[in-house]
Amino acid sequence: MLNMTVIYFISYLYLRTSLKLMFAFCLHSDEGLSKHPVSLETLYPSIKIKVYFALFISGKSKEAEIKRINKELANIRSKFKGDKALDGYSKKKYVCKLLFIFLLGHDIDFGHMEAVNLLSSNKYTEKQIGYLFISVLVNSNSDLIRLINNAIKNDLSSRNPTFMNLALHCIANVGSREMAEAFAAEVPRILVAGDTMDSVKQSAALCLLRLNRTSPDLIPMGEWTSRVVHLLNDQHLGVVTAATSLIITLAQKNPDDFKTSVSLAVARLSRIVTSASTDLQDYTYYFVAAPWLSVKLLRLLQCYPPPEDAAIRGRLTECLETILNKAQEPPKSKKVQHSNAKNAVLFEAISLIIHHDSEPTLLVRACNQLGQFLQHRETNLRYLALESMCMLASSEFSHEAVKTHIETVINALKTERDVSVRQRAVDLLYAMCDRSNAKQIVAEMLSYLETADYSIREEIVLKVAILAEKYAVDYTWYVDTILNLIRIAGDYVSEEVWYRVIQIVINRDDVQGYAAKTVFEALQAPACHENLVKVGGYILGEFGNLIAGDPRSSPLIQFNLLHSKFHLCSVPTRALLLSAYVKFINLFPEVKGTIQEVLRADSQLRNADVELQQRAVEYLRLSCIASTDILATVLEEMPPFPERESSILAKLKKKKGSGTVSDMEDSRKERSTNVNGSNDHIVTTSPSSDLLGLGHTQAAALNSASPPVTSNAASLLVDVFTESLPVVPPTSIIEENFSRFVCKNNGVLYENQLLQIGLKSEFRQNLGRMYVFYGNKTTTQFLNFSASLVCQDLNIHTTPADPVVDGGAQLQQVFNIECLLDFVEAPVLSVHFRYGGSMQNISIRLPITLNKFFQPTEMTSQEFFQRWKQLGAPQQEVQKIFKAKHSMDTEVTKAKIIGFGTALLDGVDPNPSNFVGAGVIHTKTIQVGCLLRLEPNTQAQASCSVKRTHIHAALYTLMTINCNIDYCSTDISKGKIKIFKCIFKSQHSQNK
Amino acid sequence: MRFMLLFSRQGKLRLQKWYVPLSDPQKKKISREVIQMVLARKPKMCSFLEWRDLKIVYKRYASLYFCCAVEDQENELITLEIIHRYVELLDKYFGSVCELDIIFNFEKAYYILDEFILGGEAQETSKKIVLKAIEQADMLQEVGPIYFMKAFSARWAI
Repeated sequence: MLNMTVIYFISYLYLRTSLKLMFAFCLHSDEGLSKHPVSLETLYPSIKIKVYFALFISGKSKEAEIKRINKELANIRSKFKGDKALDGYSKKKYVCKLLFIFLLGHDIDFGHMEAVNLLSSNKYTEKQIGYLFISVLVNSNSDLIRLINNAIKNDLSSRNPTFMNLALHCIANVGSREMAEAFAAEVPRILVAGDTMDSVKQSAALCLLRLNRTSPDLIPMGEWTSRVVHLLNDQHLGVVTAATSLIITLAQKNPDDFKTSVSLAVARLSRIVTSASTDLQDYTYYFVAAPWLSVKLLRLLQCYPPPEDAAIRGRLTECLETILNKAQEPPKSKKVQHSNAKNAVLFEAISLIIHHDSEPTLLVRACNQLGQFLQHRETNLRYLALESMCMLASSEFSHEAVKTHIETVINALKTERDVSVRQRAVDLLYAMCDRSNAKQIVAEMLSYLETADYSIREEIVLKVAILAEKYAVDYTWYVDTILNLIRIAGDYVSEEVWYRVIQIVINRDDVQGYAAKTVFEALQAPACHENLVKVGGYILGEFGNLIAGDPRSSPLIQFNLLHSKFHLCSVPTRALLLSAYVKFINLFPEVKGTIQEVLRADSQLRNADVELQQRAVEYLRLSCIASTDILATVLEEMPPFPERESSILAKLKKKKGSGTVSDMEDSRKERSTNVNGSNDHIVTTSPSSDLLGLGHTQAAALNSASPPVTSNAASLLVDVFTESLPVVPPTSIIEENFSRFVCKNNGVLYENQLLQIGLKSEFRQNLGRMYVFYGNKTTTQFLNFSASLVCQDLNIHTTPADPVVDGGAQLQQVFNIECLLDFVEAPVLSVHFRYGGSMQNISIRLPITLNKFFQPTEMTSQEFFQRWKQLGAPQQEVQKIFKAKHSMDTEVTKAKIIGFGTALLDGVDPNPSNFVGAGVIHTKTIQVGCLLRLEPNTQAQASCSVKRTHIHAALYTLMTINCNIDYCSTDISKGKIKIFKCIFKSQHSQNK
Repeated sequence: MRFMLLFSRQGKLRLQKWYVPLSDPQKKKISREVIQMVLARKPKMCSFLEWRDLKIVYKRYASLYFCCAVEDQENELITLEIIHRYVELLDKYFGSVCELDIIFNFEKAYYILDEFILGGEAQETSKKIVLKAIEQADMLQEVGPIYFMKAFSARWAI
């Protein structure tokens, strides 16, 4: 046995020096005699561990490895559980073994406690292994976090820089919310303290950056922020590098607080770019002065507009020019590291130039520089040049300059071997396209489409469709292009694309005849894509009459052509064809008999599919009983579609996230014209309303009998749709349903075409539990699903959400809420997930409001008014007079007040039309009693007033809630009373 | 930077560092996906990949792939050089580093990484300073394995 293992070991280790092997050999034979004097083990402690590791890797089969590991785990577990207390060394050894096993890819579910114990050891290696174990293996919601935090706290206050660094590294590696809570105040203090060592400062800066990324709400801004900015002036470039990273993150959040960093960053950058390459000593990397720091400084400057101060601005321009000049100098080294570092700075400088978008000469110079890279032999540079140029194309100053490279880019599309580079070329062609080169670019993209990788076909289809529409002067070209798209890549043509071509044909009568002729010809092909059948069916159904004069495309031939495809198509397409047939009956009375025959066939009238059956029955009946006039009205040509933004564009934006593409569209909007006929403005509506509009007309083509009805129905549908589909920029917080939840706890909070979010919640005193249900409305999976809450005055525990939500499935997440303080801002729920190719981000304000923590209090009339009078001080009362939007219903108002959380005190107020309520708001720290009186006034006057505590914050919150109650009561109440007066009083009492 | 992975040509993960909170199954899934994708790349292809909403920057050194996932707007070339500087640090510390060094001395590989990159951003880009910090830490050890090795390798080299 011993020999066997040694052989494995040797055979594996031959790769490495024979030296290590010798020791392993010696020690291995030693391991057999475990009762050997301990001295050897203490002398060379880790060697044994390493031998042990080697044995693992040398294992022949997976099974053998697993067997061996299980044995080891059992051994370690028994050691940990054993009666004999382990000394620090053995503990370290076993924790290290566990870590190793984990890193081999096996699960470890014990040893955490031992690792935590190691943290308090004063031996450096033991501490170090303990910290490593924790940063690799402990996830943020572990129960051990308190113990870990304690150990970290001790190390942070140890004033031993090595220990402090270990502790800071651990915080930065774990970065959990609990850690942020524990150290958010301490870390900034360490960062700006005068006596902190440089290396600790660096760790503290990045530690703070990490905490700020995970829990931005917990990082207190304050006096330290200005001192952080001044770290940009620090002597030590390592400190400057770390501080710059931190400032970038903070400045993205609060740009105003860090404005002063601009001039300091420019000064620093200027010193770096003008320095001789030896000045910065070890910070010079392959003859490039401080490349990391330069990139960071340039990135920091991209958080701000160009500096207003002319001197700073001039200095920055000089820096950028110097960087551009350096790119033209011969390289100082042939090493790729030299060119990478130099170009990294150059690309970042170009990003800044594009971001400022104000210096035409710099923009054009940048463009020329990138043009050189387009033909560079390094694939990486070609890729990056294409990517940057895409940004340059959207600037009006450099758009023309970018266009001069069109041939090179087209060539890249044809010759690049790497699909990711070709993808960049497609993006760039799309970005540089305008009226002058649209035909060429579209033609190139179409021909590329035939050989393009499947992964990017759909995107190219969308891009071609958009360009063809946007720059079409001649709509016959547009129709040809789209039909070509369907021919070449029918499977990748999404609904939006063919919906759009139909809309455009319907809206532009100059192209209808041509479209009918072209689809008729295209349908002649023996095998044509189903999407073509759809387009063909729709267009011939509408405009077949325009080509019926030609005997080669007589009505009967048209019909037979369409019907020859019928059996090969899916149900939705067949449904569409049936509608086309009934339209034919109107257009061409001569084929009525033939079509009725078809409709009457058993395969139609008794079709298993309800929709098809219904259409067949109804269309047949209609054609039999209706007079020609009625038929003509019912089956009239479709009215033009309303102007709206191309849904394809919306789709592409969605596909690409809200990134560069949409920005590009925005900045170039003025250049574009809309294909929707005369109107040059792009009307923005919700992206899917096109779909719906068309889907609706398709199904209800009959309804066009009475135009007003159609438009009513359509607008109704559109209304319903737009209500549930707000066009929300991804960053803004959705609050539309928020107020509805002030007085109720369950219901649907949010819904769009992908996702529905429902709530169910219960509250008791200062605690609450909220169940959030995420329903996937699509048939596709949501991937990387995550949902998190950001809030300050509430302590919220979340169950982790499953990262995958299957199509049609519902995911439940539970939030346990504890109200710590009176609060104003309700927490925001951020939901992220990947749907199709794009990332979806939704932020919704969760209706956790202060009034949820009301406990109702019953009172007699005497008690009530006694307290009411006591609360006389002006800061204890809020009063508001407001008009009711609707008339009021007593019962509804009562329900509202109960829903609001207070007790409804009946018969307390001498005036029976007044409503009176009382309750206590429970928070962890204080309890606040509140009284409420709502005085509806039938004549004209009514007001709502609140008596509130002398605590300023509570005063504020009640105001907010007060506004909410008026919103709610005015919203729903029905009655005759137009105006309310609502009085709130509250007294503040300390808990216990 | 969101995460960094080191893996062998056979797809064995040798070092992983996550700068975003993720659950273990998520980490495993992501690693598998990224490793598969990078291993499928041919030589001479560009070192950048778009993956989900991130960019993967990778480079191969002998049998090991070094791979970083960075945010979309991050500078790709400088990330490539972050990888290179890390390799240089390992190389200098271990004396022409090989995959086995990283397997056996994984804790050192992690410490060096922590000194160099923290929270996903470069902490100290000077090679000398990073190595000095690690060596000082080694001095604090009772009798470190590396010291032991180095002392002997020096003797044997004669």
